[in-house]
Amino acid sequence: MQGFIQQVLNALQVGSVYALIALGYTMVYGIIRLINFAHGDIFMVSTYVAFFVGTALASYLLGLSGLLLFVLTLIASMFATSLLAVLIERFAYKPLRYAPRVSAVITALGVGLFLENFTLATIGPDPRFLPRFFTVQTYTVGGVAFSNIQMIIIVVSALVMLVLDTVVRRTMVGMAMRAVSWDKFTAPLMGVPVDRIISITFAIGASIAAVGGCLYGMVYTIDPYMGIRIGWWAFISAVVGGIGNIRGAMLGGYILGFVEIFTPVILPASSYRDFVAFSILLMLLIFRPYGILGRPVAQKV
Amino acid sequence: MPLLQIRGLTHYFGGLRAVHNFNLDLEPGELVGIIGPNGAGKTTVFNLITGVYRPTAGEILFNGHSLVGKRPDQIIAMGIARTFQTIRLFKDLSVLDNVRIAHFAQTSYGVMDALFRLPRYRREEAEIRERAMELLDLMGLADQANWVASSLPYGLQRRLEIARALATEPRLLLLDEPAAGMNPGEITELMDLIQWIRRQFNLTIILIEHQMRVVMGICERIKVMDFGETIAEGTPTEVQNNPRVIEAYLGEEAIV
Amino acid sequence: MKERRSVVDNALRPVRALYVAAVRPIQEAYNALPASVRRWTMPAVLLLGFLLSLAAPSLINLYWQQVLIYVGINIILAASLNLINGYMGEFSVGHAGFMAVGAYVASIMTVWVFPRMGLKEAVPYLFPLALTIGGLAAGLTGLVVAIPSFRTRGDYLAIVTLAWNMIVKSVLENLDVVGGPRGFMGMQKLTNLPWVFVWVVVTIYLLRNLIYSNLGRGILSIREDEIASSLVSVDTRRVKIVAFVISSFFAGVAGGLFAHIIQFIDPRTFSILKSTDVLVMVYLGGIGSLGGSILGASIYTILMELLRPLQVWRWVVGPLLLVLLMIFRPRGIMGLREWGFLIPKEERPAFVDALREQVRQKREPAAVPAGASE
Ligand SMILES: Nc1ncnc2c1ncn2[C@@H]1O[C@H](COP(=O)(O)OP(=O)(O)OP(=O)(O)O)[C@@H](O)[C@H]1O
Ligand SMILES: [Mg+2]
Repeated sequence: MQGFIQQVLNALQVGSVYALIALGYTMVYGIIRLINFAHGDIFMVSTYVAFFVGTALASYLLGLSGLLLFVLTLIASMFATSLLAVLIERFAYKPLRYAPRVSAVITALGVGLFLENFTLATIGPDPRFLPRFFTVQTYTVGGVAFSNIQMIIIVVSALVMLVLDTVVRRTMVGMAMRAVSWDKFTAPLMGVPVDRIISITFAIGASIAAVGGCLYGMVYTIDPYMGIRIGWWAFISAVVGGIGNIRGAMLGGYILGFVEIFTPVILPASSYRDFVAFSILLMLLIFRPYGILGRPVAQKV
Repeated sequence: MPLLQIRGLTHYFGGLRAVHNFNLDLEPGELVGIIGPNGAGKTTVFNLITGVYRPTAGEILFNGHSLVGKRPDQIIAMGIARTFQTIRLFKDLSVLDNVRIAHFAQTSYGVMDALFRLPRYRREEAEIRERAMELLDLMGLADQANWVASSLPYGLQRRLEIARALATEPRLLLLDEPAAGMNPGEITELMDLIQWIRRQFNLTIILIEHQMRVVMGICERIKVMDFGETIAEGTPTEVQNNPRVIEAYLGEEAIV
Repeated sequence: MKERRSVVDNALRPVRALYVAAVRPIQEAYNALPASVRRWTMPAVLLLGFLLSLAAPSLINLYWQQVLIYVGINIILAASLNLINGYMGEFSVGHAGFMAVGAYVASIMTVWVFPRMGLKEAVPYLFPLALTIGGLAAGLTGLVVAIPSFRTRGDYLAIVTLAWNMIVKSVLENLDVVGGPRGFMGMQKLTNLPWVFVWVVVTIYLLRNLIYSNLGRGILSIREDEIASSLVSVDTRRVKIVAFVISSFFAGVAGGLFAHIIQFIDPRTFSILKSTDVLVMVYLGGIGSLGGSILGASIYTILMELLRPLQVWRWVVGPLLLVLLMIFRPRGIMGLREWGFLIPKEERPAFVDALREQVRQKREPAAVPAGASE
């Protein structure tokens, strides 16, 4: 039983990161119907920004409290990553907004590969560690061990998602996003600044990925190709929940977290987890392509 | 026996009732018109007949065979063809190819025949090529056989769509607003064309049309739909004088 | 959009002018030849090509032979992917998955199956058989993508193909009999230039035959408008099965050729990166064009070789090229156009014109209404 709760906590921790990244996929798809295959790599870039900024701050501003250091790093990473995402949208996707959808998807794949290989060429393949913002403390309650880091990841992610959900449902920006998503041809006639809303969506998606990146970096090493695997898992999360659906992405993220943690428990080796995740994806696409919370769209003749 | 029998055809899009209790008995050789204001459910009836949507309720019999649950290509192969309200040609392909594709169901050679250009492939391809060209010639499109479909002027695109439908060798032809976007001169030509192909190919035709001149001019019988319901039925004169029809069209275009 | 295109077109204008200036006279001289001579051009060129490929070892060094072999393999990959992405207009990003199946199955044939059947000496002669079996296995797995494609299309089908690529890789990693993540080796170096030449010719010939058949037109019509296509009697399911199975068959053959030149395959070789390489070739050369695939595969493969001194930076070029292509020239160099010699005689405009006259001669004057005749 304790073992099980332990695993659930691990699944929530992993799932939180997937959910945060899945949100970026889903928001962009929701608004311009583009599978932004570069998003996993935007997440990767966010961890590198955190690495450089965090390391620099830690060495120049000795004695800064861990919390402050973390917050500054996080803000820098969110800012830089959103800027990158907005630039990518402006220069790679926007010219293709009214082109066949396939062109934009291929472009996204290309941008993702570009980010990976560019990082590889400039920074190198070696894994790196983010500076330690917090000293790890482990607590044991009723035989279940958990760390402060784990709690930070789970709680911060949940908060971010709560805020995002509120923003999309309650604010003008959220309303405008939904308007553009509904009909990008009519929305401008209603006074919705489509370009700006799309940029904002990319920026929000990227900064949430940056939150995920900073949280992830507190636990794992980072490398130029990390965005592929994590990006894919997050993407599957988004599809499982119903791509274009924000709550679906969160749900999907946690589901994939459980898949990742519990696959080795059930199957002989953890190397099967990709197989399981992609098989789920394949089955889902065949039988329920619009995901758990999504709705089917009919085609007009 | 009627060629087409439709009984209690009903279709919902989610909560929207697009077609309700639609009935039709069509004798071979008839030319029936369907009219009604925008969103009345006319196109949906065509989509239900050709298997694009599966009806919520009702039965469609063609030659005594049920069409419900069949795939569009199977239904077309049984002898029904249609055109579309907005032109849906294969734009990047040649005029000849557009018509040849419509011979798909009549092509019986297999993949291996095609890959290795076996005699059966050669024979059937030659046949299809010739039949397609004959049809184009009949329809006055032979000179444009090599053109890319999208480069045809609008009126000829409409005509190519009809030619493509005829290439499937139908007994029943469904025309969805063929006069849309045409000028009066083109419309007159179109009316001649419809009557001509009807005789030439022995067709039974259902015609959806907003242009009253066309419907009143060539249909023997007209059904009027509004909000999915059939609100009137009869000869052009009967329909024209029906108060419910006039009411449904109030604010729409006047009936000529 | 328009303006940007014309910038590229302007930049390309001199290249095109040069091409025309060089090719036009040859074309005209060629067309002036009697038909009886022209008939033998293609066989003669192919024979010459084959003889050259046989003589290659004494003409060019090992390195360039190697490069040409990769060019050939990539032509097969690009042309077969073009069938799906270019001709059918669906979007497959998992071509490397099929390639992997072909590579592993063909290798198992030459390394285990044939030797254990006591045919160790005969393996070099059985190589085409091994490739064919690899291709058939890959073609069979093509159904994994074909069947979902009945209901799923566009982005979602792209994800299906991608998931397929990932699943193949993951299964191979977990399959210890074929070495798991350590890979599989022991293949002889059976792939050589003559074999590759033959397979390229066979691939292009068969794909061409398919494309210029009514089945092939069915494939095209799905790209143009799938619903309209089923409403003019095209059995879209059958067409999709044919397209995916044949496309993956050739991907499998290419995989087998590939395995027998590098003599070592591991699951990572067939990752999404490999699939993306093929995508670049297809979109560079041009969608819906076999000539385009030949061109795209050749240019890209040789370009990547020339860029070798750039080391890691080389890998930045492919993706960048892909993005620029999509923005400035989404249909590629040859998009939807074809080299004349790849079009069967009876599909060329001149033949169609002759057919029209023939049909007109035969027709007895019918009563055509005013509207039906021009
Ligand atoms: N695929 C669909 N999904 C949801 N609603 C649909 C769909 N197709 C049609 N409808 C709705 O069904 C109703 C009937 O539409 P239909 O196209 O049959 O009308 P119509 O009589 O052909 O009109 P028009 O003269 O404008 O062509 C309309 O309210 C339309 O909005
Ligand atoms: Mg309509």
